[in-house]
Amino acid sequence: MKIRFPLALAAVFLAFLGSVFVLQAFERPPPVSVQQGFRGTGMVGVTNPRRDAGLVARNQVPAAPEAAGTDGDRASSIYDNLQVFGDLSVEQFGRIMQAMTEWVSPAEGCNGCHVEGDFASDDNYRKRVARRMVQMVRHINADWANHVQQTGVTCYTCHRGNLVPQQVWATAPEHGARGMAASANGQNLAAPAVGLTSLPYDPFSRFLAQDGNIRVQTTRALAPGGVHPIQDAESVYGLMIHISEALGVNCTFCHNSRAFSSWTESHPPRLTAWHGIRMVRDVNVNYIEPLREILPASRRGPMGDALQANCATCHQGVNRPLLGAPMLRDYPELRPAAAR
Amino acid sequence: MAEYLNLFTRVQVRGPVYAGVPIGRDDQHRSPQRGFSYLMGKIGDAQVGPIYLGHLGVLSLVFGFVAFEIIGLNMLASVNWNPIQFVRQLPWLGLEPPSPAYGLRFPPLAHGGWWLMAGFFLTMSILLWWARLYRRAHQLGLGQHLSWAFAAAIWLYLVLGFIRPLLMGSWSEAVPFGIFPHLDWTAAFSIRYGNLFYNPFHALSIAFLYGSTLLFAMHGATILAVSRFGGEREVEQAVDRGTAAERAAIFWRWTMGFNATFESLHRWAWWFAALCPITGGIGILLTGTVVDNWYAWAMDHGYAPGYPAVAPAITDPALATGGTR
Repeated sequence: MKIRFPLALAAVFLAFLGSVFVLQAFERPPPVSVQQGFRGTGMVGVTNPRRDAGLVARNQVPAAPEAAGTDGDRASSIYDNLQVFGDLSVEQFGRIMQAMTEWVSPAEGCNGCHVEGDFASDDNYRKRVARRMVQMVRHINADWANHVQQTGVTCYTCHRGNLVPQQVWATAPEHGARGMAASANGQNLAAPAVGLTSLPYDPFSRFLAQDGNIRVQTTRALAPGGVHPIQDAESVYGLMIHISEALGVNCTFCHNSRAFSSWTESHPPRLTAWHGIRMVRDVNVNYIEPLREILPASRRGPMGDALQANCATCHQGVNRPLLGAPMLRDYPELRPAAAR
Repeated sequence: MAEYLNLFTRVQVRGPVYAGVPIGRDDQHRSPQRGFSYLMGKIGDAQVGPIYLGHLGVLSLVFGFVAFEIIGLNMLASVNWNPIQFVRQLPWLGLEPPSPAYGLRFPPLAHGGWWLMAGFFLTMSILLWWARLYRRAHQLGLGQHLSWAFAAAIWLYLVLGFIRPLLMGSWSEAVPFGIFPHLDWTAAFSIRYGNLFYNPFHALSIAFLYGSTLLFAMHGATILAVSRFGGEREVEQAVDRGTAAERAAIFWRWTMGFNATFESLHRWAWWFAALCPITGGIGILLTGTVVDNWYAWAMDHGYAPGYPAVAPAITDPALATGGTR
């Protein structure tokens, strides 16, 4: 019959669309699942060796320069206007300056931060930012060991050769028309920050720059259970998707997904993550956001706040940044004086 | 025999166009258009039309169109009236209910008022469509099995969008409109109320849902398999068993020791289908109103098992610092 041909054509076209969708939407096998909890409960981690190979390549640590001697004159007695590295030896000071240049400003070199010919000058805002960031790194290594353990962080953990770390966030403006059109409550867009779901696309302002309440479940069985609306659960869900994607792990890495709130059912990484959330709040509120005063518009978000840190800033797809390489060990200059 | 394994209908009846039983003065509401379609005949009856719209049908479509427009235009506004973004992002776009601050009051249009209006028009449209089903069945002298089955689905719809929000005292507890928005809402709803998986009415609803598909497949396969013996004349076979009914029956007695009859199977199917939204609606209605954490409820009542810990035990760090956040 005549209609057969168009039907066959339509079938071929649909098959083509279907295969495009399958190739776009799914990861190539083999997925490997590793048991992490009691058998039969689905407490498994899922990885893909193909993806893991790329992660190793992306998380190589640059070779450390030869260790510097701690004897001799202090750097502050030679150089002017040293506010954070003054207690180092001159040799140590030169070494960490060289390393930081390689980590943060490999293209522009010293002039990325310093005024050419007048290294003591604070006229370049980047130098003032860098000073504050050094204080932040020392603060993290000193006071947030419950998140960064003894592995610690260096500038490279986030910067990876970029003046601004590649994975940062700023307060997202509300999208859509104004006036009497319905507000979308900051959700319902294909948002990469929350894994392309339609969940609220800025979980960071609320949970990583303020101490927004993350606990939306009540622990008692019966109602009335509390004051947490479903919208709050959506925001928290968005934050958790961010953590999951930033660390390259699924929910069950920390939680038993049958009872997200239960600590007795959770795994130890949840503790590390709990401290991590507080650590990020601390550095955003006390170190990064206040820099908005000295940052040019190009270094600020659409709402005028500084580009801030979230889990992906350090983790970049792996649950231990730089795959756990103990990089700080080679840079005692980045530890606070008491711990060196 | 291969013809019975075909995905598409092999028989297309092409008699004179049949207008159906006379229905008196209401005949004016039937569309004059009627004819045959080869493609429709592939999956159903080749005759298309006449359609009976009537006052209820027209009103239902009008209300439905208003709801559709409110939702669609607000989605379009949410991408700044950009038609390309509208098409690209359509599955993500939505219309959100009011925020909790408004409770059950009528909020400003931009903050849930449109949602409330869309919900009203959609509900009116659905209820009018239900009345239309009821009236059409009545006029044809049918039983009301279809309208009551549809009412079961409307029950679940009303629980989600109307009855439960009323009991909770806030429209914010209701479902947003939108493809992904309502799915993400569903996941967040389950998380907020401690995992709907442990809600026994949710479990019943799923059992009836999957049971419906299983019964449907078993029934369709059985009837196709015995149609060579006249088994597709199901109503006659219910009271006057021929070899088709006997063979189908003994097949199931051989394989599982028990069989439905040509009548009872349809009652099974009807109840499985209707009970899916009925039990589901009960489960939703209890969530937040009676039970706030289904996992905790299940543990309290021995409904969920505990498992041995494999990882080292940890305790809530907020207990040590005094904070709860």
